[in-house]
Amino acid sequence: MTDTAWIDLALVSARPQAMGALLRYFRNLDMAEEAFQEACIRALKAWPKSGPPRDPAAWLIFVGRNSGIDKVRRQARETVLPPEELLSDLEDRESELADRLDGSHYRDDILRLLFVCSNPALPATQQIALALRVVSGLSVRQIARAFLVSEAAMEQRITRAKARVAAAGIPFETPDAADRAERLAAVATMIYLVFNEGYSAMNGPEGVSADLCDEAIRLARLLLRLFPAEPEIMGLTALLLLQHSRARARFDAHGAIVLLEDQDRRLWNRGMITEALAMIDKAMRHRRPGPYQVQAAIAALHARAERPELTDWEEIDLLYQTLERLQPSPVVTLNRAVAVSKREGPEAALALVEPLGERLSGYFYYHGLRGGLLKQMGRAGEARVAFDRAIALATNAAEAAYIRMQLDHLAAETGRPHLAEEKQ
Amino acid sequence: MLYAVLCYNDESVTSAWSKEEEDRVMRDLTGVQRKYVEAGKLGPVARLLPTTAATTLRHAPGETIVIDGPFAETKEQLLGFYLIDCGSLDEALDFARDLSTANPSSGSYEIRPLALYKPGELPS
Repeated sequence: MTDTAWIDLALVSARPQAMGALLRYFRNLDMAEEAFQEACIRALKAWPKSGPPRDPAAWLIFVGRNSGIDKVRRQARETVLPPEELLSDLEDRESELADRLDGSHYRDDILRLLFVCSNPALPATQQIALALRVVSGLSVRQIARAFLVSEAAMEQRITRAKARVAAAGIPFETPDAADRAERLAAVATMIYLVFNEGYSAMNGPEGVSADLCDEAIRLARLLLRLFPAEPEIMGLTALLLLQHSRARARFDAHGAIVLLEDQDRRLWNRGMITEALAMIDKAMRHRRPGPYQVQAAIAALHARAERPELTDWEEIDLLYQTLERLQPSPVVTLNRAVAVSKREGPEAALALVEPLGERLSGYFYYHGLRGGLLKQMGRAGEARVAFDRAIALATNAAEAAYIRMQLDHLAAETGRPHLAEEKQ
Repeated sequence: MLYAVLCYNDESVTSAWSKEEEDRVMRDLTGVQRKYVEAGKLGPVARLLPTTAATTLRHAPGETIVIDGPFAETKEQLLGFYLIDCGSLDEALDFARDLSTANPSSGSYEIRPLALYKPGELPS
């Protein structure tokens, strides 16, 4: 590994803890970020000569805090900077320093940092952008690329998010158990949003979307290290690992969607699956089921099936019913309909799907699934109408291409060109 | 003399490795292992899953408790390890419980699933 590579890695992994502590000191996101940046610059200068400090996060916090305080002073009185050695030569004082940066704050610092990015008052896109910038340390350009917007637009989005966070007030009191639970839930949602952004844009710019998924998994693991006995965080981590394990199988060489049952299961990442299954095992011992655990359990049943026909659809149906009770939502019912179609056929599934029409009329998957069921039942005309609705609602090219393929099948079966072609 | 070589590192760093870094490190490590395998000197090689996948059984006279997460005390030392093939975490916990019953002194058993296992070819 080159000199700068190990430093970069150390800075990335120390970032949440260091930023969390600096946020506690400065009570201001921008100041914390600036202080951290300053500390990183000094690290890049000092570490190649002195070697890695024993505790990089403690080093960065100490140096960042000093440089931040110094900046405040300088702005106030224009005093002279202390010499570089005083600020960054911590060789002998490191262990004492680590103690002083009291470990007891560590957990709540990171949780607070994650929580300010998960403020439910922020729209999902702002939560994701803020977390990627502040916690993960991605550059504005990287984030802009992931969202397919210009750098200026992303800069503006992040600035707006920060202003909202500042206006809402950052909670600095030590959280009690109820606060902690609430923060954890908000943070879990934010991590899931980051993952989803990567997952749904998987066919976007090369690599960027997968990076978001990896980043979400890293954050989930971080959260689980801080709260090792939370079954829902185990469930979240397992769910993300299981979904990400299929990344290489989800699209074919041309970028077209490959459905779960058609995927080459040899391309699934066994390492991620093993880790996720271990995590689910741990979570189950707590006997406190929650939405993430149930969703992870469903994903695990797919992962355990060596071939699609070995999938335990009965258990999946039951788990979706549990999920409907825990977190009632038409989307959950829609997903259950897939399991029902496998167990009882398309008629039973369609009966479950039809009543959702009012609430899901603007949802791609509703029309896609409905079209698929109607097609299976031989109701080609209605299927075609549903597929056309789905195409209009597709959020990316791969979704639209998948539905177009369905329409082509229909046309081939019924000998009639489909509407989309007629229009052209 | 048989030696166990135990590997320690900062997990927050290794979990921040990119796919390329991860692949490169694993490839280089395999290169090192090959030399010793060919000399007939290398026994089992195991890579553990992250500590987030760990569960710890703590045994003290009169009580046994199960804790999520890795073994985190510093006053005890690593004395040995087992590799066991279990269908579930509960089965692994039962094994650890049996061990703790047979060994009257206090102690902890960290149960950590494996990410990778190569049996090696060392004669017993």
